[in-house]
Amino acid sequence: MKNWRTHLGLFLPLLAVAGIVLWPVITENVSSRESAFTILKAIALASSLNILLGYTGYVSFGHIVFYGFGGYVGLYFVNEQGWSIWAGMLVGGIASGLLAFLLGKAILRLRGAYFALATIGINEAMRAFINNFDLFGGPIGMTLNFSVYKAYGGAAKALGMSFYIMAGLTFAALIISHFVRTSKFGLGLQAIRENEDAAEVMGVVAPSAKTWAYVLSAIIPGMVGVLFFFKNGNVEPHVAFPLHSSIELLVMVMLGGQGTVLGPILGAFAYQGMRGYLVTSDIFKDIQLSVSGVVLLLIVLFIPTGAIGWLRHRVPPLRRVLA
Amino acid sequence: MTVLLSVQGVTKRFGGLQALTHVTFDLPEGQILGLIGPNGAGKTTLFNAINGIYPPEEGRIIFREKDVTTLKTYDHARMGMARTHQIVQPLNDLTVRENVMVGACFGRENQNLGHAADSAAEVLAFVGLSARADQLAGSLNVAQKKRLEMARALAAHPYLLLLDEVLAGLNSSEIGNMVETVKKIRERGITIIMIEHVMKAVMNVSDRIIVLDYGQQIAEGTPEEISNNEKVIEAYLGDPKLAERLLQED
Repeated sequence: MKNWRTHLGLFLPLLAVAGIVLWPVITENVSSRESAFTILKAIALASSLNILLGYTGYVSFGHIVFYGFGGYVGLYFVNEQGWSIWAGMLVGGIASGLLAFLLGKAILRLRGAYFALATIGINEAMRAFINNFDLFGGPIGMTLNFSVYKAYGGAAKALGMSFYIMAGLTFAALIISHFVRTSKFGLGLQAIRENEDAAEVMGVVAPSAKTWAYVLSAIIPGMVGVLFFFKNGNVEPHVAFPLHSSIELLVMVMLGGQGTVLGPILGAFAYQGMRGYLVTSDIFKDIQLSVSGVVLLLIVLFIPTGAIGWLRHRVPPLRRVLA
Repeated sequence: MTVLLSVQGVTKRFGGLQALTHVTFDLPEGQILGLIGPNGAGKTTLFNAINGIYPPEEGRIIFREKDVTTLKTYDHARMGMARTHQIVQPLNDLTVRENVMVGACFGRENQNLGHAADSAAEVLAFVGLSARADQLAGSLNVAQKKRLEMARALAAHPYLLLLDEVLAGLNSSEIGNMVETVKKIRERGITIIMIEHVMKAVMNVSDRIIVLDYGQQIAEGTPEEISNNEKVIEAYLGDPKLAERLLQED
């Protein structure tokens, strides 16, 4: 590593995620392992969305479509074709990447609200399609044959293994996020975010850069989908394509700080913490999503750059560490 | 002298408006070409056509012996054409250095990040923005933003530089500095087309001047020829005495 200072920004994110991974390992508590799994999943998805939202400046309201679609494709091969979870995740990630590539060619020419609306439409269209797609079980979805777990030493072991795979995917998402941010490709994306026309005048090939950003932001969610449905043992259309989860991901990225590596981690952690409190509280349990909406509104109004962006702005020396 | 850019019969319409009518000229390497004309004459439209922002309906644009008429603006940039904007377009949330690095990375030489950082440092020193390198571009004042536009364009080491009113909105000492900078750019061997309303400056630095009026090329020649051209004085300045006064203006 010739220029280690460039990679200083990766240090805190890795440390934070390592902490979350180690917490259930140390406590040896299955319930905290489940909580940690949920947080890691949120971090991986939010960090992926951040490549498009934070670096490129394109708001995707339907990013969960890649999680659902990749998950469906991967689970189909694991369940019906007897593939291993590894091969299933690979094919799920590729399927989501391919979907993003084709969609990107079609809708990334739209800007601002029009792009955001198109992404919602795609999520709903995909849900309706899967609902009527008999190969994937239509409205009933697919239930994993219990025998699939045998190859991994039974259900309990498979669940334990899923946690470590989730940790691996989260680390992968962070490393991708960091390398996109510090690369020439990422500089082009940030130029597009700031002013797409000016970026093109300077030679940034915006159509292809945006498409690759979209593809990169779709692969990890596809793999996470496969893993989550594998762990859950079943998948149904309304579980795979929940629009409100897309919006929750947006809240996480905005809360922590879009366009930073650490932001989505902080945002996902804080949001899951808040959500955990709200759904168990007597007062808020039924209006949990409304509270998220209010949070999003407050962020947009008062700290549009998120917590990390705010800190970077207020304390310039932190810029090197908080990337 | 070789011809760097050849504009051949370029015509552009916006609905019923004839923005450019058969504009034709050759630009030899190493020259500074001044492009003047009243507001709405089609100067920026001509830049946009040369630069590939929108292709002309008729005519061809030949840059370094290649037909670039229908290529996208990023193709032009990669071939060695760079421009500044009349209304500055900084990448606000990136630092001044990062702004310039974008120009260096994605322009003609396709530089890697390390090389681009060196180019940025060099160009920022050249335009006098070194002290601001780590500031966010959005925090600069207008004169600094104009310099930033120029630095971004130069960092790509282009063959041709299109300057769109780099002097507008600057005070007289800032204009003096900017004119010196433009001359220094030419000394580096970069060919320049500049749109300018500040007559004294454009007469002073240009080798040749083209006058546009309602999208028509009404005159072409050396600064002396243009300032004595009846048609220009009448169509563009209206009052012959105004020309003399503008030339003396500081």
